[in-house]
This record gives sequence, structure tokens and C-alpha cells, in this order.
Amino acid sequence: MAREIGPVILDLKNLSLSFGGVKALTDVSFDVCEHEIRAIIGPNGAGKSSMLNVINGVYRPQEGEIVLRGGHFTNMTPYRAAIAGFARTFQNIALFKGMSVLDNIMTGRNLKMKCSLLQQAFWFGPARREELAHRARVEEIIDFLEIQHIRKTPVGRLPYGLQKRVDLGRALAMEPRILLLDEPMAGMNVEEKQDMSRFILDVNDQFGTTIVLIEHDMGVVMDLSDRVVVLDYGRKIGDGTPDEVRANPEVIKAYLGASH
Amino acid sequence: MIYRENGHFKTSYAADRQIFPIPQDRWAILAILAFAFAGVPLLADEYLFRAILIPFLILSLAALGVNLLVGYCGQITLGAGAFMAIGAYAAYNFMIRIDDMPLLAALLLGGLASAAIGIVFGTPSLRVRGLYLAVATLAAQFFWDWAFLRIKWFTDYSPSGSVSIANLHVFGWKIDSPLDKYLLCLAVLTLFALLAKNLVRGAIGRQWMAIRDMDVAAEVIGIRPMYAKLSAFAVSSFFLGVAGALWGFIHLGSWEPAAFSIDRSLQLLFMVIIGGLGSIMGSFFGAAFIVILPIFLNQFLPWLGGLVGLGISTAAVSHAEFMIFGALIVFFLIVEPHGLARLWSTAKEKLRLWPFPH
Repeated sequence: MAREIGPVILDLKNLSLSFGGVKALTDVSFDVCEHEIRAIIGPNGAGKSSMLNVINGVYRPQEGEIVLRGGHFTNMTPYRAAIAGFARTFQNIALFKGMSVLDNIMTGRNLKMKCSLLQQAFWFGPARREELAHRARVEEIIDFLEIQHIRKTPVGRLPYGLQKRVDLGRALAMEPRILLLDEPMAGMNVEEKQDMSRFILDVNDQFGTTIVLIEHDMGVVMDLSDRVVVLDYGRKIGDGTPDEVRANPEVIKAYLGASH
Repeated sequence: MIYRENGHFKTSYAADRQIFPIPQDRWAILAILAFAFAGVPLLADEYLFRAILIPFLILSLAALGVNLLVGYCGQITLGAGAFMAIGAYAAYNFMIRIDDMPLLAALLLGGLASAAIGIVFGTPSLRVRGLYLAVATLAAQFFWDWAFLRIKWFTDYSPSGSVSIANLHVFGWKIDSPLDKYLLCLAVLTLFALLAKNLVRGAIGRQWMAIRDMDVAAEVIGIRPMYAKLSAFAVSSFFLGVAGALWGFIHLGSWEPAAFSIDRSLQLLFMVIIGGLGSIMGSFFGAAFIVILPIFLNQFLPWLGGLVGLGISTAAVSHAEFMIFGALIVFFLIVEPHGLARLWSTAKEKLRLWPFPH
């Protein structure tokens, strides 16, 4: 392993989120270190996706703050999160259905493309140079994810597993510091899961990207992640290495139910 | 020559990113352009220019504008006619109030005025969508219909409310005959279609489509909905404004606000829906369909009546024209909801494989 786990890069402090009377998250704190793979697990409705949505500003927590590399964010927005270096994939694939695979991944380069509307309208000159330079970077991602053969296909026509891969590609195109993956392996068969696990490890290894992932497949979670945080009913009930979490009585209770 | 991309190997991203990657397409489009610029002027007569070709060109330009907004950015609008009107009246005011205003500059300024107002009337799109946005843009239509009728300054206090522009010329070229008008419109349309294509294949086009397809995901990858939506409104209104100015100056010559009523807005919306949402080519198909079909029916029905020995009155023809036209729109939408552009691309895909089925 080339990567070395660094200092804390993302620190989530006392986050609470509620929708009316429904408490999605209650006083949850945990941190993420640079270059690590951090998993969030928990039963259905535990608040895992809400957690990711809070981290990248889709939801705004009522309490708590997000500290990213020393910078404090009390009102994170998706746009600020994107600039700060967060990228994410979605549980129920949120690709741009009407666009080709290539265009979907190119959209991920959006923040790095600086040409004005007028320059783009005239195409020749700066806009063309910029487009081609970013195209070259996107092709590297396409190679990395082994989806060369479908680059011109509209994503709506692709099977589910490949769509998930394109979703990852679009996030990678942003060259994120921290990658948030929301159930990257949901609904996949064994081969697809193996492929996806390999991609996640490779991303972490080659690009040094910090990864926060939600996953239900315990085998995958325990194998991939360095540290695991466990949520149940919006509260943190466990945090530590996979082995520690596996031995935690609270976690066992939440997953298997306690004997009375 | 068989329509294939086999054997044409792209060795650079530039070659892969061109507008027509298949050589046959490139030749075909060049041939069509050459024919439009050189062949049509030799063949067409005055009626054809006035009644079909010039309206087709100008409405294609307007349909392009609507398609950028509705088809690419997914923001529905019922105010297209209003933005054409703004372009026409703004250009008119620049022409009469500034001495020696060049025609092209007036057209562009008309477009810019329309773009600025488009941004203002686009702001509701940041909060509402779908039908609610349609109603909000309808407000633009009614407001500007009212403004151009009632605020006399816009029409230079003309007693009848109708305004006109004479002595048009571009760099010393006097725009007088239908042929001149046709060539001017064709040149403007060619340029604007190219600009539109460049926009939709570039970063801004991807932003628009991202907002259209999945706005939450678009925000997460750093697209600002405000910028994307308002820029779509601005560009769309700019196209509509220039089209409106051409419609007033070149096609009508003298016009009143009724030329840009709600009927026009609906007509433009039909064009992009029938032609194909999210397709530059579709805008042309839609405009052709809507402009040419009524004229065709108008000529064809009496002939058909004569064939079976029925004398059809003019009134009956125009009623039947409406009914058949409406029925055809419904028919097309049921058979191909994605519009004529989809039929076209399906045909091209089949042609690529022909004579093999798969």
C-alpha cells in the first residue's frame, strides 16, 4: 500500500438534523483522516444518507459544524462543498439521462472550465483548447474505469452496474479531495461488486483520495474500510476499526436485536 | 457512397469533437448550405421567398432560441412571443432614435435588450418549475403585449400603433428585394445556428442539460442553478429578440403588437416539441413543419376537392386546415413523442447498419 493515513482532514462536530419533528441525526460527531476509507453503516433509516447530505450541503443541519482542513463551515451549500473538494455519487443513480457517458463525465470538469459564454459560442480559440484539454483528462478517467466502449452511449441506455460506474467517473472528474459514495454497490451482482471494490481501492491508492462510503454489504465494508462509524436512529453507536465495530455489543444489538 | 463511420479513424480529440463527425454528414450540410445560398436564389420566385422561405428562416431562428431554453435547459416558457416583440421594438427604437444606426447593430442591440429582460423574467425559474413557470412566463407575454400597445413612447407616438422601418441596408448593400431579404435572413440564421451548436456542445450546454436532467446532482458537482438557468434565459431571449427584429423589419416591414401575441409563443413551443426538444436540427424541422404544412394544406385541399368533384369554399378550406393541422400534431406526438429529430436520428442509425438489421 502506497498510501499513508494522514492527519484529520474532515471533522464533523455535534451534527443534529431534523425534519419537523423527525430527528434524522442527533448529536453525531466523527472525523475522517486524510487518505483513509471511512465507512458509515447502520440499519435502514439510521440517517446514513442524511449524514452525507449534510456533509456536502444538500441538507443544512440545525446544530453542529463541519471543519474541513481547519476551515469552519456552518452553512455548507452544495456549490461550496464542490469547491472545497467534495464529490459524491448517489444511492439511486443521479446521472444526466439525456447525455452521453462522455458528456456526463465532462460535466464533472465544470468547475475547472473557465471560458466565458461568449468564448464558448465562438468555439475556436480558448474554448476549444480548454475543451480538448479537459477531454484528455476525462479520457484518462474513462480508461481507469474501463468504459471506453460506451463513451458515446446515452447513459439512459446503460445497464445499472455501468451507470454506477459512470456516476463514479463523474465524481472522479472533479478530482476531489474527499469522495462521498452512497451505496456504491447496492443492487450489484458479485462480479460488479468486485469491480467496484477494485475501483474504490484504486482511487484511494493511486489518487490518494479520502473516501467516505455508505454500504450495506458487510463483507465489503469490513474488507475495504480503515475505520467504520455505526449509526442507529440518528445516533452514533459505534466507531473504530472493523474489528472493534464487529465486537461492539451495541452494534450487534442494533443489527441482530437484543435478547430479552 | 454508403453512410458509414467505419474507416474514418479519429486521431485527435478535436476531430472527434467536431459538429459533424461523419464525413458524409459534413458534405451533405455543405451541399445544403451551398444550395441555400446559391441555388435557391436562382430557382425561387417572389411568392416562395415571401410566403415560405423568409418566415421559415426567421421562425427557425426563434425556434432555436426556444429550444435552447425549453429543450436544453428544461425551463418551459410561454413568453417567447414577448421576447420577439421586445427585440423588434427595441431595435426599432434604436433605429429611429439614433442617427445612422447600422441595421446589424440595431438587430444585435434588440437581441441584447431582449436578453436583459429575459433574465428579469427568468428569475421565477429559480423558485418554481414546470407548469408554474409556464404561468410566470405567461405574465411576461401579457405584460409586454400591454406595454407595446399602451405605452406610446415605444411606438414613437404613431397614431395607429403600427410602426415601420424603411431603407434597410447592410454595409451599403440595400435590402430591398425578397432575394436580398432572404439572403440576409439566411446569413443571420447560419451564423446563429453555429453559435447555438457551439454553446450546446460546450461547457455551458452541459450545464444546461445537467440542470434539465437532474438538478440536485448538478448542484453537487458545482453547477450554480442560478447561473445556468439565467444564462439559458438570456441566450434564448437574445435569439428570440434578433428573430423578432428580423420578423418586424424584414418580413413584415410594418407591424403592430398583435404580430407577437400569445399565438406566436404557442406556435414556437409547438415547433420545438414537434421538431424535437434538445436538438438543433429539430428546431429547423419543427419550423418547416409548422410554416409549410398550413400552406401545403391550403393548396392541396381545394385540389383534392376538385378531384372528387367537390367545390370547397375558402372558409371551409381554412377550417379544415386548422383541423387537419391539429390532428397531425396529435398524431405526430403519439407516434414519436421525441419529435421529428428523433425520427431523423433513428433513420440515420438504421442507415449506418443498412443493409443489415443489427
